[in-house]
Amino acid sequence: MKKTLSILVENHAGVLSRISGLFSRRGFNIDSLAVGITDNPEISRITIVADGDDYTFEQLEKQLNKLIEVIKVRSFNSSDILQRELLIAKISIPADKRSEVMTIAEIMGARIIDISLRTMTLQICDTAMHLERFEELIRPYGIVEIVRTGMIAIEKGSNSLRV
Amino acid sequence: MIETAEAMVKCLELEGVKVVFGYPGAAICPFYDYIYKSDKIRHILVRQEQNGGHSANGYARVTGKPAVCIATSGPGATNLITAIATAYADSIPLVVITGQVNTDQIGRDVFQEADITGSAEPFVKHSYLVKDATQLPRIMKEAFYIAGTGRNGPVLIDVPMDIQKVMIDFEYPESVDIISYNPTTKGNGLQIKRVVEAIQQSEKPLICVGGGVFSADAQAEFFKFANTFDIPVVTTMMGIGAIKGDDKLNMGMIGTHGCKLANQAMNECDLLILIGARVGDRAVTQPTFLAETRKIIHIDIDPAEIGKNMPVNIPLVGDAKKILLKLLETMEGSSSKKFTEWLNFLNDRKLPLEFADTPKGTINPKLFMKKLSDKAPSNTIIVADVGQNQIWTANGFKVKDGRFLTSCGMGTMGYSVPASIGVKLAKPDSPVIAICGDGSFQMSFMELATAVQHDVPIRVVVMVNNRLGMVCELQNKQYEHREMAVHLDGSPDFVKLAEAYGIPSMRVDDDSQIDDAIDRLFNEKGIFLLECSVAPNETTL
Repeated sequence: MKKTLSILVENHAGVLSRISGLFSRRGFNIDSLAVGITDNPEISRITIVADGDDYTFEQLEKQLNKLIEVIKVRSFNSSDILQRELLIAKISIPADKRSEVMTIAEIMGARIIDISLRTMTLQICDTAMHLERFEELIRPYGIVEIVRTGMIAIEKGSNSLRV
Repeated sequence: MIETAEAMVKCLELEGVKVVFGYPGAAICPFYDYIYKSDKIRHILVRQEQNGGHSANGYARVTGKPAVCIATSGPGATNLITAIATAYADSIPLVVITGQVNTDQIGRDVFQEADITGSAEPFVKHSYLVKDATQLPRIMKEAFYIAGTGRNGPVLIDVPMDIQKVMIDFEYPESVDIISYNPTTKGNGLQIKRVVEAIQQSEKPLICVGGGVFSADAQAEFFKFANTFDIPVVTTMMGIGAIKGDDKLNMGMIGTHGCKLANQAMNECDLLILIGARVGDRAVTQPTFLAETRKIIHIDIDPAEIGKNMPVNIPLVGDAKKILLKLLETMEGSSSKKFTEWLNFLNDRKLPLEFADTPKGTINPKLFMKKLSDKAPSNTIIVADVGQNQIWTANGFKVKDGRFLTSCGMGTMGYSVPASIGVKLAKPDSPVIAICGDGSFQMSFMELATAVQHDVPIRVVVMVNNRLGMVCELQNKQYEHREMAVHLDGSPDFVKLAEAYGIPSMRVDDDSQIDDAIDRLFNEKGIFLLECSVAPNETTL
């Protein structure tokens, strides 16, 4: 079962290594990890997607809470949150095929952000599942490289995770 | 304005630190220069950094407050890692101070540089690398607070040499404000009610007490609670001494090396009340089976321990002392139910001790423990090492008003001699005895010099069987008698070794000599070493 953990931490050097160290040390696997500052510059928010059972997530939350710099931890099922991830793909493409890719981009909600004689670079921001579908569609044109940010998530409705 | 190094010493003084254990080097010299100038702090020079950590561990365990050890950068710091891990595994409060290379040299692999905050990370409750000297007083304040509150543990402060020399305005914060650290100490009222109900519904309740009771300084409350309702008690190894060894409530130590009656009581109770015990794998081998067949109450200050190793019916997070007081108050008002019948049932199964004859030229270590226990003044503190000597002591020595200390979670050999030095410095009026084997003794006997230099009159008992006894036993049982690398040939004559340190010593190799030897052990004024010859095939249990 995949769950998403949102972790508010003090914005100190070394916090990320404490958290990733805890995951590896206790045998928890990370699928995706994203970190960034919040509206309060002293607090960062880490979003981790991990796989495990109820016991694993209960332990994860408790162990994370023991780290002094961890302020709050919440774990979410994917149905309770809005998830987004940014993907940037560079594909090799001859000029005569560009219009096909532009159609795909339009349908999938991607944007073309760079173009050269032989390549085209697209960005798309959506759920992991949507990104994977997009990747399938552009694969036949020849992927030069793909880079993804890792998932970030926020709770649906009026609930919030704040200090 | 004062130098940060001076501020570090002032912080220690303001925390009431009187003794520190350490080993200097270039990167920590600015700090040492102010320890030199302090008339409030006594520095004990150990012979290896790890042992300084163990000495501080012993000191902290008997004072109940964070103790301080110091090392320089690089190898000094990395030598401390085992001591930090040992303290972490047993939840012992330490403040560990290390020197670090200059800030602008960090990351360049310069002489004696090691990333100690990084490498000690799995074993610390928290750590700091001080990059801004003005933050030092706050960091020191927080370190003592974090180490000694909630679930106790070691906190590391790594201070680069240039930072130690920065001039700062010194003001020691009066209080600590860490937004993300607020341990729950008061037990939840509803859960306390559920605990009381469960006890009242029970016929055969059993308390399993662990080291948490010492951390909370709750021995008296715990005993009153058990005694008021005649609830039998078993202990983990960390819990030994929370109740007197020969008390009618005490059924002994549980676990793979525990006593039979204690394990039987665990299997036969209908309600198990864990207090400050983390259900370690050596203590409880079948946690799931136990949980499926009886009710489990788990009282612990660390929520992460509850449900980690054993499913629990009633979790109760908080400080053992506060919770026990609340339980007593609630139960005394509502219930007079006693469990005397169940207690008597268990007590009737206590067997008289029997001691087998041993080969000529050896003593029976179990008989030795019995006699040591009988002759020991009530405030004796015994520090066992790791291995067979540890189990002989744990099961054979009956603690009265003193303590039993050993490295439980990490099982660190070489713990007893340095730890007993720390203990004796904190408790000069208590007889302090280190019990070790010839294996563990040889891991830290250089600390005899520390005891001599600083005049710390510990007693050291070395059980010599020329074996790594416990591993040897394991190889005989599970590896078809292929004894591999467990013979300690080449060891020195320990009596002569003691003489070389100027320490009075004697050897016993016959049961008839034990009484006189123990009398001398307690009557000697200074340091004393007793070597006991033990048969190589002497069993652990």
